[in-house]
Amino acid sequence: MIVHIPHPDLPPPSTSTGIIGWLRSNLFSSPANSLLTLFALYLLYHFIPPILNWTLLDANWVGSTKDACTNDGACWVFIKVRFHQFMFGFYPSSEYWRAILAFILIGLLILYLLIDRTPKKSWVAAFTVLIFPIIAFFLFYGGFGLPVVETYKWGGLMLTLILSTIGMFFALPFGIILALARRSSMPIPRALSILFIELWRGVPLITVLFMSSVMLPLFMPEELRIDKLLRALIGISLFQSAYMAEVVRSGLQALPKGQSEAADALGLGYWQAIFLIILPQALKTVIPGIVNTFIELFKDTTLVLIIGLFDLLAIIQAAFTDPKWLGFSVEGYVFAGLLYWIFCFSMSQYSQHLERKLHTGHTN
Amino acid sequence: MTESTPQHSQVNEDIAIEVKGMHKWYGDFHVLKDINLTIKRGERIIICGPSGCGKSTLIRCLNRLEVHQQGDIRVDGIELNDDLKHIEKIRRDIGMVFQQFNLFPHLTVLENCCLAPIWVLKQPRKDAEAAAMRYLERVKIPDQAEKYPGQLSGGQQQRVAIARSLCMNPNIMLFDEPTSALDPEMIKEVLDVMVDLANEGMTMLCVTHEMGFAKTVADRVIFMDSGEIIEENDPESFFSNPQSDRTKLFLSQIL
Repeated sequence: MIVHIPHPDLPPPSTSTGIIGWLRSNLFSSPANSLLTLFALYLLYHFIPPILNWTLLDANWVGSTKDACTNDGACWVFIKVRFHQFMFGFYPSSEYWRAILAFILIGLLILYLLIDRTPKKSWVAAFTVLIFPIIAFFLFYGGFGLPVVETYKWGGLMLTLILSTIGMFFALPFGIILALARRSSMPIPRALSILFIELWRGVPLITVLFMSSVMLPLFMPEELRIDKLLRALIGISLFQSAYMAEVVRSGLQALPKGQSEAADALGLGYWQAIFLIILPQALKTVIPGIVNTFIELFKDTTLVLIIGLFDLLAIIQAAFTDPKWLGFSVEGYVFAGLLYWIFCFSMSQYSQHLERKLHTGHTN
Repeated sequence: MTESTPQHSQVNEDIAIEVKGMHKWYGDFHVLKDINLTIKRGERIIICGPSGCGKSTLIRCLNRLEVHQQGDIRVDGIELNDDLKHIEKIRRDIGMVFQQFNLFPHLTVLENCCLAPIWVLKQPRKDAEAAAMRYLERVKIPDQAEKYPGQLSGGQQQRVAIARSLCMNPNIMLFDEPTSALDPEMIKEVLDVMVDLANEGMTMLCVTHEMGFAKTVADRVIFMDSGEIIEENDPESFFSNPQSDRTKLFLSQIL
């Protein structure tokens, strides 16, 4: 009789673990990769110091005029002096607190909703979706004793955030409805959805914005004047929901047919199956696509500058054409780029966290 | 809408499913031809036949996962037609187990089992969970209740799928090749559960190639080929004394 003695588990060779193992497998796995690693190190050596010098070490931080910028580096004084305008546009400074309050509120609400395991989430979500927009409207616009600030005075980062949050707020649910309609077996919703999506996807956003601000008023009666910002908002929301619809549709298509069959066989109704089985899985699959569309939307809001709204980028560009501050466009663009990057990167990080959280070890 | 309430009075209570002159086409392809089938309560029926013969399509017609174009299907005396109320009632009464399990991967095992009782039968969550745990014990995996389907083996997943169907308290169970996607080692654990179920008197329709299982539990074996029922008989006569040449050929290939 053969007696089988199990082989004991041995530790891996030391060259395949730890720092040395990491370096070997990631940076020096082949002669070509070793060369590339060295070349990359050379590039870093060549570019990092000048960038550090310009942005930090040789930069000008104190003062209030152009003349204060005597060092070779960046003139951050420009940003400092114009900071409030970059944040709020032409919003009156005595009313800044209203915008700040609104942003702190929405920030807290979103934080509360994004953190895992906070109690009474559905109530907070309902408040955020139904009540908060009304509060925010009165804070930003005025009324109830607060002086009215017309929308043409809104600008800067504030306008960018307003445009993008409202855009996302409408694009996702509307996109989901469009995607469901497009996959429906009912001919009329299906045809309408295809028509809508293909129409809005087929035109550039810039045309949509231009139409909404220039052409639309020509056809509308004088007394039916809709606010320019509102028109831009509607344009952006409809435009992005067409894109969102296709992202969501790809998620619906990726679901195996067995999922809806199992839901049917258990006796779940159409909407129950959609909300309990189909959408949770489909949306999870397309988180990268949804966040991609959100990030795109966030950056696309810069296009409102062509219809005369001063979002973050537009107001920075306006600032460095000011004769008092000529020649600081690089600082302006770097600052704008940094702000956009912070917001987009946060969205992307959160989406990756969400993907990990929702991963249940199933690959369909 | 007036005739939508099912008439139970004129129905023979002993008959679970009645199919009369049923035809189905996929486009131009005639998948099911003149199917006539009566299944009594508590009867256990095995459907076998070569692949593509329409056996899965037949049982999928019984809970309207597929729509038949001609003929009559009655489940518990309720006619299966476009009336959503009828479909809803019939689906509540028929449980189905699929070849690919079709568990909901984003829900835990327990949530998979409770979902339909909570949303369709409107049971309180606590009751639904207690019932689900009882059924999970019956299929011998109560300790996996908090796991996600993706963390279970194929055999365990299929047993969860059976428990999920049973949570709806069905009178009839349909099995669509329940062991075909499983590794040989896991087939037995699923068949054991099905044998238990059969011994408790559940009305069962099972599409399968497990002839050993057919011999132990079936009251009747139905053999299908190219969309037609070729032969039906009790298992002993079916296996020892097949009538048609087509059946003989089929049996010689699989036994």
